Amino acid sequence: MSASASLSRYLHRHPRTGLGLLLAAPVTWLVLAYLGSLAALFLTALYKTDPFTSDIVKTIGGQNFSELAKTAVYRSITIRTVLIATAVTLLDLSIALPMAIFMAKVAKPRARNLLVVGVLMPLWASYLVKGYAWRAIFDSGSGVLKNTFGSSPGFGLVATTVALAYLWLPYMVLPIYAGLDRLPNSLLEASSDLGARGNRTMRSVVFPLLLPSIVAGSIFTFSLTLGDYITVKIVGGKSQMIGNVVYDNFGVNNIPFAAAFALVAVAVMIAYLLTARRTGAFENL
Amino acid sequence: MTFNTSRFATALVGLSVAGLALPACGSTSSSGGGALSKLGKGEGQVNIINWAGYVESGQNDPKVDWVTKFTADTGCKVNSKIGNTSDEMVSLMKAGGYDVVSASGDATLRLIAGGDVAPINTALIGNYKDVFDSLKMQKWNSSGGKAYGIPHGRGANLLMWNTEKVTPAPTSWSAVFDDKSPYKGAITAYDSPIYIADAALYLMNTKPDLGIKNPYALDDKQFTAAVDLLKKQKTVIGEYWSDYLKTQAAFKTGSTVLGTTWQVIANGAQGEGTKVDTILPNEGSTGWSDTWMISSKAKNPNCAYLWMNYIISPEANAAVAEYFGEAPSNRLACGKTSDAKFCDTFHAADEEYFKKVWYWTTPTKACLDGRGAVCKDYAEWTKAWTEIKG
Repeated sequence: MSASASLSRYLHRHPRTGLGLLLAAPVTWLVLAYLGSLAALFLTALYKTDPFTSDIVKTIGGQNFSELAKTAVYRSITIRTVLIATAVTLLDLSIALPMAIFMAKVAKPRARNLLVVGVLMPLWASYLVKGYAWRAIFDSGSGVLKNTFGSSPGFGLVATTVALAYLWLPYMVLPIYAGLDRLPNSLLEASSDLGARGNRTMRSVVFPLLLPSIVAGSIFTFSLTLGDYITVKIVGGKSQMIGNVVYDNFGVNNIPFAAAFALVAVAVMIAYLLTARRTGAFENL
Repeated sequence: MTFNTSRFATALVGLSVAGLALPACGSTSSSGGGALSKLGKGEGQVNIINWAGYVESGQNDPKVDWVTKFTADTGCKVNSKIGNTSDEMVSLMKAGGYDVVSASGDATLRLIAGGDVAPINTALIGNYKDVFDSLKMQKWNSSGGKAYGIPHGRGANLLMWNTEKVTPAPTSWSAVFDDKSPYKGAITAYDSPIYIADAALYLMNTKPDLGIKNPYALDDKQFTAAVDLLKKQKTVIGEYWSDYLKTQAAFKTGSTVLGTTWQVIANGAQGEGTKVDTILPNEGSTGWSDTWMISSKAKNPNCAYLWMNYIISPEANAAVAEYFGEAPSNRLACGKTSDAKFCDTFHAADEEYFKKVWYWTTPTKACLDGRGAVCKDYAEWTKAWTEIKG
């Protein structure tokens, strides 16, 4: 007891030490796990592998990046991945916005809680189960779509986009719902009192105030799609995304090239975040 | 589903560890470089990387079980991890933590060259004496006069089709390389760079003026022709497969009706009631000759040796061969199969037959057919495979 008492007395007299101890764990985690692994990723991208034994040769050079720049297929895979991520984000937004408005402003409080639980419910099921469920839906041989409507787009980019949009939908709904929840009803009433109809209120009042939430949601859907490689393996047919190339190169132990290509995704994401910052989204978060 | 996120997590950890250049402090309990000289007591477990169907404990089919007996006999618990492609096996072996691998010829030499596997003291493998001589000390399982592996079995990659939807029955690989195929969108191919050899084998028969002598030894012009053929094939492909359960499911639902396969997949599909049949097309085929190898960092070397001896014993070798659909490596296994004609069907001792089968081999810059250093190495095959898929 006296030991702990003297320790607490010591920490009281030396507030900086106390703060240091408090922050040590999270800062170590941040530096090592986040920044450290990013630095390691960058360093690894400069190495190369022995073509026969697949051992990593630790000599620094930019060969992986020049390879990336001069090979057309990597460019088209990057563009395809970004387009899928954009499509998933837009699809999620178009579903999540009306859903969130209904949940936050129309539904009764009791129903509201049930709806929130309903939106969160799919997150309790395994990712793979949901992926394979979409495989069963899109299957061109005897899938649900084929059996119900007589035709199915089959496995491919459409199936990938839809399946990913389904998987990430809760991450778009929740921030928008939270944003709307914070939006006072009095603003909507004021807008209405001044003669604005629904559309105008939406455009001039709700949307500007909601933009940070939408951007926050889009960061989730966009970045999660950008890094995904499993859904496209399950329902993507013969298509591949950035994640697949990274995975395949890991498979042949060309980890340096995998790291270099992974950095492309990081670069795209940084560009996305910088653009998001220009919209002022982060200041309002 | 064998695809797994934990593997990806390992990849990420691997990336960061590799970058930080932390020394991997793996305590090597087996002698580095040398073979085990004396068999000791089992360690209680053995960690195996294997092809689907090689390590069965009755979980997939209660009647198919040779692991339980091994564990009862030796006290070694078996932990099996399925490798979907040779590439996956090589990278898992490099990552460490495994004792034994069932490597095909396109992995063995890479593992030996990388120092990932140790030589084997065949005197400790009692059943080794009954292995067909034509499989012992071959260029894919030995190096510098030292045995690096215990032959397991061999077979061919086959063409499988849905007998209800594909008529007439195909007899040639042209069925999957025809870009005007009526089965467009329902054709499958193996998702690995080594599949380029299948295209090369087809060209060997249809375009003799390219002068392909060995589908794993392709110079610039031959390689480009094979890659172009595969790019054209992509227009009729529905999906590529590497996960054997997924392709089995695709044949079951009918989204795939035609494509390359292994006999074990056909057996599984037929077991589920899917109407499929297989053929070794008249051009011959690519195939495999598999080898059990021991990791140079094996933590359980004694159990590993016990496993390698057990799995090529006449009974176990016969059981695996029949389940997987391949020719056994142990000549006594032919007397233990449930189908008395099994070894004839799979040409176990028929060297002429296996001349038509091109075992998976790692392509190297120095051409395997002895033309000099003008061939494409495996790194280029890998790159081309990404380009083929687009």
